[in-house]
Amino acid sequence: MDVAFIIETIAKIVVILLIFSALAGLGTYFERKVLAFMQRRLGPMHVGPFGLLQVAADGIKLFTKEDIIPQNVVKPIFKIAPVITAATAFMASAAIPFWPQFTVMGYTVHPIVADINVGILYVLGVMAIGLYGPLLGGMASANKWSLISAARSAAIFISYEVITGLALLAPLMMVGSLSLVDINNYQAGGITNWIVWSQPVAFVLFWIAAFAETGRTPFHLVANDHEIIDGFGTEYSGMRWGLFFIGEYANMFFISFVIAIVFLGGFGDGTFAGAFQLILKVAFFFFFFLWTRAAWPDVRPDQLMWLCWKVLMPIAVLNVVVTGIVMMF
Amino acid sequence: MFEAIAFYLFAVLTIVMFTITVMTSQALYAITAMAAGMIFISAFFFILGADFLGAIQIIVYTGAVMALYAFGMMFFDTTRNVVEKKVNPQIVFVLGVLAAVMVVAIFVAPIISDNIQALYPIDPTIGNSQAVGMVLFTKYLVPFELAAVMLLVAMIGGIIMAGKKMDKSLTLMAEEEIGMMDDSYRAEEGGH
Repeated sequence: MDVAFIIETIAKIVVILLIFSALAGLGTYFERKVLAFMQRRLGPMHVGPFGLLQVAADGIKLFTKEDIIPQNVVKPIFKIAPVITAATAFMASAAIPFWPQFTVMGYTVHPIVADINVGILYVLGVMAIGLYGPLLGGMASANKWSLISAARSAAIFISYEVITGLALLAPLMMVGSLSLVDINNYQAGGITNWIVWSQPVAFVLFWIAAFAETGRTPFHLVANDHEIIDGFGTEYSGMRWGLFFIGEYANMFFISFVIAIVFLGGFGDGTFAGAFQLILKVAFFFFFFLWTRAAWPDVRPDQLMWLCWKVLMPIAVLNVVVTGIVMMF
Repeated sequence: MFEAIAFYLFAVLTIVMFTITVMTSQALYAITAMAAGMIFISAFFFILGADFLGAIQIIVYTGAVMALYAFGMMFFDTTRNVVEKKVNPQIVFVLGVLAAVMVVAIFVAPIISDNIQALYPIDPTIGNSQAVGMVLFTKYLVPFELAAVMLLVAMIGGIIMAGKKMDKSLTLMAEEEIGMMDDSYRAEEGGH
């Protein structure tokens, strides 16, 4: 292993960490602005131009706030839970090809930290570990509402993992590879080669499951808003609470990348235009998360389970079977 | 060098995690340490170049241990210590040592005797998910199909066990209706 490779890898890790933790912060700003405009409000507007520095103000507030560890909580677990959510979100990003490879001063850069040949499995698996954060936080914090929220998060996780896997199976059968780079190259021929045209059902199912995996609004049951308190986060304060949010927003960005790469052609043939299109696609999916939050109420836990097991799962299985039959003949 | 560092790091982490799982009397510590240990084991697969098994290890065990958490939540107050009733510690000790010796023997035997060969060596031209698939659908086809049938049986059993009164939703009922359902249930039980 040569030194150049090590330096390159470390540089890539640092760049990804910096960009996406900054984006996670900015994500909260976008969310508040988008929600505000959809609800005919102004949103944050006093700190800096257009309220842009609100992110910095929030950051300073979270960092300097007292870190309260309440009595009776299971201390080590309580402390490590938010770190799990934030850390696994970034660990999952290791196998995502963020851009096509490009050449800077004669040196070819691959904007992917580890090009393992089971990229998609790794990304989704590690992203799923992130749900341990709410679960452990809720179970450790000696609070009944937190515990109920933790139970809901476990239920969602166990159910929607099935949908994610089955929905992805059909496109993976067509591509014949688990590597995100291969999946991208399969669709390199242009807009007509996108998997979304041949697998529209899988696309919609995966998109719905993405909302559950990231715990976004129609399925925002981990922190049920109707209870007025913040579910698993009730006992948290300061930056520990903030870490949950960094993890959630980073996950939203990464799952948007995954949807864009698997179903919508990713960065296409690898030109600059393709890379720019990938950014646009990711931006659209991120915006759609916020749009849904403004437009839809949360569903009840029993409706969520009904949707998962009685509607989505049979459709996903049928989709896999039909794909198999079509591929065979 | 990096492989050696990674191996020893994850070896120590895995052993520490499983030691906590066994030693602690706190249900939450035990389950969390077990989840962490299971996920750290995937590192060994990645070090050995078996990416597919590594990713599968992560996916399978996060889900499986998550189900354990659900049971932990049902049976214990996870913020308190569980008081275990130890009837006969000697037997536990003897059986534990025997099991440990046996596991070590099983893993050391092939190293010492040196006559185990890989019948299906890794083909470097294909990726390792394909390699797993080829072995699974040729040499191990029968165990694979049997496992599938067993899982199907377990699934049907699970649906039947959980399927009682599935058409009624407690969330949608009024308090009185739930009370009435409870009474009729009791009457039914008494009748038998």
